[in-house]
Amino acid sequence: MSVNIIATENLTFCYNSTRVLDDISLGLEKGDYLGIVGPNGSGKSTLIKNILGILPLQTGKVFLFGQPLHEFSRWDKIGYLPQKLSSLNTHFPGSVNEILEMGLRRKNAREKQQVLEMMGIGHLAARLIGELSYGEQQRALLARSLISRPELLIFDEPTTALDPETRDSFYALTEKLNREHGTAVVLVTHDVGIIGKFARRMLYLDKKIIFTGTFEDFCASSEMTGFFGSGSQHIICHQHDTTKRNG
Amino acid sequence: MVFAEILKFEFVQRALVTGLLIGFSCSLLGVFLVLRRLSLIGDGLAHVTFGSVAAVILLGFSPLYVTLAALPLVVLSSLAILHLTRSRRIHGDAAIGIVSSVGIALGVIMASVSGGYNADLLSYLFGNILTATQAELFLSLFIFCAVILFVIFFYPGLFALTFDEELAKSIGVKTNLINIILMALTAAAVVSAMKIAGIMLVSALLILPPVTALQLSLTFKKTLITSALVAVFSVAGGMLFSFVFNMPSGATIVIFNALFLFVVLLTKKVIQARR
Repeated sequence: MSVNIIATENLTFCYNSTRVLDDISLGLEKGDYLGIVGPNGSGKSTLIKNILGILPLQTGKVFLFGQPLHEFSRWDKIGYLPQKLSSLNTHFPGSVNEILEMGLRRKNAREKQQVLEMMGIGHLAARLIGELSYGEQQRALLARSLISRPELLIFDEPTTALDPETRDSFYALTEKLNREHGTAVVLVTHDVGIIGKFARRMLYLDKKIIFTGTFEDFCASSEMTGFFGSGSQHIICHQHDTTKRNG
Repeated sequence: MVFAEILKFEFVQRALVTGLLIGFSCSLLGVFLVLRRLSLIGDGLAHVTFGSVAAVILLGFSPLYVTLAALPLVVLSSLAILHLTRSRRIHGDAAIGIVSSVGIALGVIMASVSGGYNADLLSYLFGNILTATQAELFLSLFIFCAVILFVIFFYPGLFALTFDEELAKSIGVKTNLINIILMALTAAAVVSAMKIAGIMLVSALLILPPVTALQLSLTFKKTLITSALVAVFSVAGGMLFSFVFNMPSGATIVIFNALFLFVVLLTKKVIQARR
């Protein structure tokens, strides 16, 4: 029996008295590609922050690679890209190279250059992160999340600042890592078309889990038709078809 | 020649070494504080130091040990600022303001109870490095070693935490531990720096060298080194200048720091204009 890479049990989280997550239990296995969607304020980022220990657990449990969160220490197995940096100072004196080495156990110059080239910023290695455009900063952080060859990648709205070409190559890369190396991927996005194209499983969150299953199950679910209305469900599923055709 | 003559005096040697050790420590800690927009913590803790010194004098401690006796109170206050910030309902600047104003209010009350502002208390307001005691020299050396070891052993975590606290947490950095040590060391550095610059000017030692170094757009390690160099030259230059021209040492050191910043800003402006 394979160990769940991520497992949450009855996760509940409140900001002051507002409940943002309600009894979330989910599991993610090696090789999974899970897309998390939901409206603004539905708790998507809070769920990720609870899983990674960025926010302290209030109720419920989180296990990473079979270990309780508070005992987990192999953070190099996880690559994480937040929605936006909470406190990036534009005067921060760190070079892209220094950012890339952050949290790295061993430093291999060739690997670093390779991942930077892959993200199209090989020429920016020595530049200070604060001097880069937002899109270039995002690509540098994407490179950082990939550099330790993690077994689990967690992306929270990763492509908002990227141009379409870089965005497509980013998603193609995540699919390749998932398909060829069995890297588990958790992708939080508003772009349901992307979920339909790449993710094997979809989780619709609105403080609690509304739906979990494949995208095809989602489109065929009469329960979801009742929840979204047939029009909205059709648009979401049609968007997926369009993305597939364009891709 | 004049400098060589001055440096023969033991109390001058002691003052210079104490100043260099504390200036160096403050400049390193300051890089992390300035980048995390916690620059004013030095000012806040200096105000708390005033309250602590007033309490220590009221309790009748020998002036020789005032710095050592004030240390625990200021360290506790720095941890209180950290705790208030963590409560998420109070921003960092407001937390600093609260602890700082409570500290100074208690200082004023205790100074009043002990019979007014005596010479001892006033000497801490403006500092006088020449009166640095042997105990204060050892305290400065201890803080210097602690800061160096802290930066070396926690460098990857400090870098990540300064870059982005949430990202640092997501890669397993023990952010709570690092924050506690950073705050405690800052408090210790502020307490010992009050002998150099005085309570009124102590935050300049934490802010000016890092801000000067940050203007040079260097990498993180080079910024730390440059900040330390600016501090060392400012302390040495400021102290020697103050001896020769009979000026207050703390204020002269701060002016030297500010001159470094001014020169760097001016040079940048000239270079930009020529491009």
